[in-house]
Amino acid sequence: MRYEAVIGLEVHVQLATASKIFSGASTTFGAEPNRQASAIDLGLPGVLPVPNQAAFEMAVKFGLAIGAEIGTYSAFDRKNYFYPDLPKGYQISQFDAPIVKQGQVTIVLEDGQEKSIRVTRAHLEEDAGKSIHDAYDGMTGVDLNRAGTALLEIVSEPDLRSAKEAVAYLKIIHSIIRYLGISDGNMAEGSMRCDCNVSIRPVGTNTLGTRTEIKNVNSFRFVERAINSEIARQIDLLDDGGRVTQETRLYDPDRDETRSMRSKEEANDYRYFPDPDLLPVVLDAGFIDACRATLPELPDARKVRYVRDYGVTEYDASVLVADREIADYFEAVAKESGQGKLAANWVMGTVLSELNQTDHAITQFPVQPAALTQLIVRIADQTLNSKTAKTVFEGLMRQEGSVDAIIAARGLVQVTDRGAIEALVERVLASHPEQVANYRAAADEKRPKMLGFFVGQTMKASQGKANPQQLNAVLIAKLQEDDGD
Amino acid sequence: MSTLNSLSLIEQINGLAAGTFSATELVKAHLDAIDRHRALNAFITVTPELALDAAARADQLRARGEATELAGIPIAHKDLFCTEGVLTTCGSRMLSRFVAPYDAEVVTRCKAAGLSMLGKLNLDEFAMGSSNENSAYGPVRNPWDLDRVPGGSSGGSAAAVAARLTPLATATDTGGSIRQPAALTGTCGLKPTYGRVSRWGMVAYASSLDQGGLIARSAADLAIGLAIIAGHDPKDSTSARDPVPSYRDALDSPLKGLRIGLPTAFFDHRMSDAMRTRLTTVIQALTDLGAAMIEIELPHIDHAIPAYYVIAPAEASSNLSRFDGVRFGHRAADPKDLNDLYTRSRGEGFGSEVKRRILMGTYALSEGYYEAYYKKAQQIRRLIKMDFLQAFTQCDLLLGPTTPGVAFPIGAKTQDPVAMYLEDIYTVATNLAGLPGGSFPAGRIDGLPVGFQLMAPHFAESRILNVAHQVQQVTPWHHDHPEGL
Repeated sequence: MRYEAVIGLEVHVQLATASKIFSGASTTFGAEPNRQASAIDLGLPGVLPVPNQAAFEMAVKFGLAIGAEIGTYSAFDRKNYFYPDLPKGYQISQFDAPIVKQGQVTIVLEDGQEKSIRVTRAHLEEDAGKSIHDAYDGMTGVDLNRAGTALLEIVSEPDLRSAKEAVAYLKIIHSIIRYLGISDGNMAEGSMRCDCNVSIRPVGTNTLGTRTEIKNVNSFRFVERAINSEIARQIDLLDDGGRVTQETRLYDPDRDETRSMRSKEEANDYRYFPDPDLLPVVLDAGFIDACRATLPELPDARKVRYVRDYGVTEYDASVLVADREIADYFEAVAKESGQGKLAANWVMGTVLSELNQTDHAITQFPVQPAALTQLIVRIADQTLNSKTAKTVFEGLMRQEGSVDAIIAARGLVQVTDRGAIEALVERVLASHPEQVANYRAAADEKRPKMLGFFVGQTMKASQGKANPQQLNAVLIAKLQEDDGD
Repeated sequence: MSTLNSLSLIEQINGLAAGTFSATELVKAHLDAIDRHRALNAFITVTPELALDAAARADQLRARGEATELAGIPIAHKDLFCTEGVLTTCGSRMLSRFVAPYDAEVVTRCKAAGLSMLGKLNLDEFAMGSSNENSAYGPVRNPWDLDRVPGGSSGGSAAAVAARLTPLATATDTGGSIRQPAALTGTCGLKPTYGRVSRWGMVAYASSLDQGGLIARSAADLAIGLAIIAGHDPKDSTSARDPVPSYRDALDSPLKGLRIGLPTAFFDHRMSDAMRTRLTTVIQALTDLGAAMIEIELPHIDHAIPAYYVIAPAEASSNLSRFDGVRFGHRAADPKDLNDLYTRSRGEGFGSEVKRRILMGTYALSEGYYEAYYKKAQQIRRLIKMDFLQAFTQCDLLLGPTTPGVAFPIGAKTQDPVAMYLEDIYTVATNLAGLPGGSFPAGRIDGLPVGFQLMAPHFAESRILNVAHQVQQVTPWHHDHPEGL
């Protein structure tokens, strides 16, 4: 039987608030264990939570960015369960009245088709601390620095049909939160985490199969792999006449498989009820308008503009806008150089591949937009050809100076003087009489292929500096000129 | 000098201002009294050094003419209020060694007013109880009869004020825990409007019902005390922003034309003849003062006790989850595993009434029971609040008994939790509605004190204190005190 997968994601995003959602403690990552946990984060007796307004602003911005209805009346509930890294024995979350209601995002499928994915809700909650199981012999350490960090949990409808779609959706969410500046979205540090709900059903049916939830997957790659391995497991089960049990599973990247964590029967009864320490939050239109006023241009809008203003293709535009800083970089170069397509080619080709190899953030990249702009200007005015441009770029990477300084120091000015090129061509033709004779004897349709040899020799003789178009023209002219003799 | 402790709060203030005695002499007199009456078991912790230091500071300031009015006046705090550097036990074995790194807001305000803290007062464990028999530090005895309970949960506060061990004691009231012990010890107790006094640092029993307040010897003394502790606190999200009026200025308003409501349900066949006689005397005094009595229906009042005993335990079950042996409080020796750590730490740390309420509350919030219990109880709560709001369109305040009878013998109700819960029958409704309520002496039955209760609209504490003060101008009951004091 053929199956289709039905997938929904729950994405936890740590909001970039300076202090925690209900206390004044700092949220900086990487401090000594338990140094960023206040009496409130520790859940000491008698302490009380006070909501952090910045978390509400960030959640509202996210809601506006995905076209969602904003919960003008939202309330906090307690989710009760015991765990050592959950100091109060309950997590403050939003159950009945989330701050962000139904919205949607658009993903682009591999075939270029667009697909709309519904976001069910997004709600504010506090993060738990961390249990450290491997550092102390026979004991577990508890680090509560993370406890109380503001989280936005973004829940999608089960609209995703493959691991690839799930990753595309996750990347869009990542892109939006980064554009909004509400989270660094760093999956390795846990500032963005993903739970995947996966079920399968025979193609053509509409009922939902039994789902499993894969908890806490922490990279785009693992999300894709975890979902694929879970789909494969479920298909094997059904094909062997078994059934899928509703349960929570963990993905083991080393073995590329999911394994059972706890079944539905073992699941906690969270005993949700309204948190009596916190009053419901009512947002007025003024607050929401103020959030709207600070919304940056979002990836989708930028994509449309890049196609229109810089003449790049839809595909290139979608690659360029995915990361706000890369998009900003591209736009600075495209705008200053007036060469949208060249800028797109250089950013997507050379710059992104360098970034991937060196793990640089683009803001720390040695070649900043001003330098790349100069380089592109020199390509456009034919001072450089593609080969010499690469050499200059390498010089820029090594911080050898400005584009013009590198051109001067390395003598890379493109030869565009017709006389000089003619002299070079004549010298090359004179030293290869046999090839010249062959060329002239060949049929017209064979000649273009044979021309390459002369182009290569002449370019070598010019040390790569000859203008390729001019060189071509002069060569063809010279070879035909004597042909007529 | 040994009789300084029998002076009322106002007399103590006047004595200090006139230089009749020093704060040091005043505090010493109280410390001596505490020492003489150790059999009452009213204090869990006495802090003579701190008290004498504060008194000495007050004396120095007063000598320089820089003292606040209350500088050096003694006070004692219910051991549910956190005190920086001083043990806070909540009457529980769980916190037998807990020292908070912060002061409750109430404690901070008392310190700022210059009060000298004598120590921490005994109570029912985590404020759960109506007899002060549920303390891990032993029962408090009623100064009127050492074989009887003082009421609870603020039994230590009431006994200490009744025995002249302190002129003023902080207390808390979740279902009657200030008013019921005040009635049973012949003292005056005020539970302010929910939100009037900050809950920061006041260890939570049932957050939506808990309210800090005071026990003292007269309505006028309560007015002085309330001015210290009332007011908005940004650390408590449920703290009210309503301005704090001058409670003292309101004391002398004439009662002519005041409409006093008598809830029919409070005066029905369940009321004993002796209690009816006491209440009739109070009503006569008020009528003589020019107030008019009207009968009031509170249709849903009989559901107050069941609703309270769902909501309060539900919140308690969650509030007390933080006592898990992980970060502070009692931890079982040599736990086998996490479950053993939780089970034994909580099993050993909590007393039986606390366990009973955690079980009831956990059950009421469980999946499948939430709608039938917790949600239903909240609906009843809303109806009861509406009853009161409706009543206050017909009258200015309500009058009734505080308790069904006099203080009962120690041990009389410990085997019958429901009989114990009915001690709160006249008091819980005001907590459910968030209203202010006060209990004031109404004379004695068989030599033991009983109280009358006043209930007013939200934030109308002044009205309660005004009416009680006027009654106290024409009746002697609040001057009654146990023999030998």
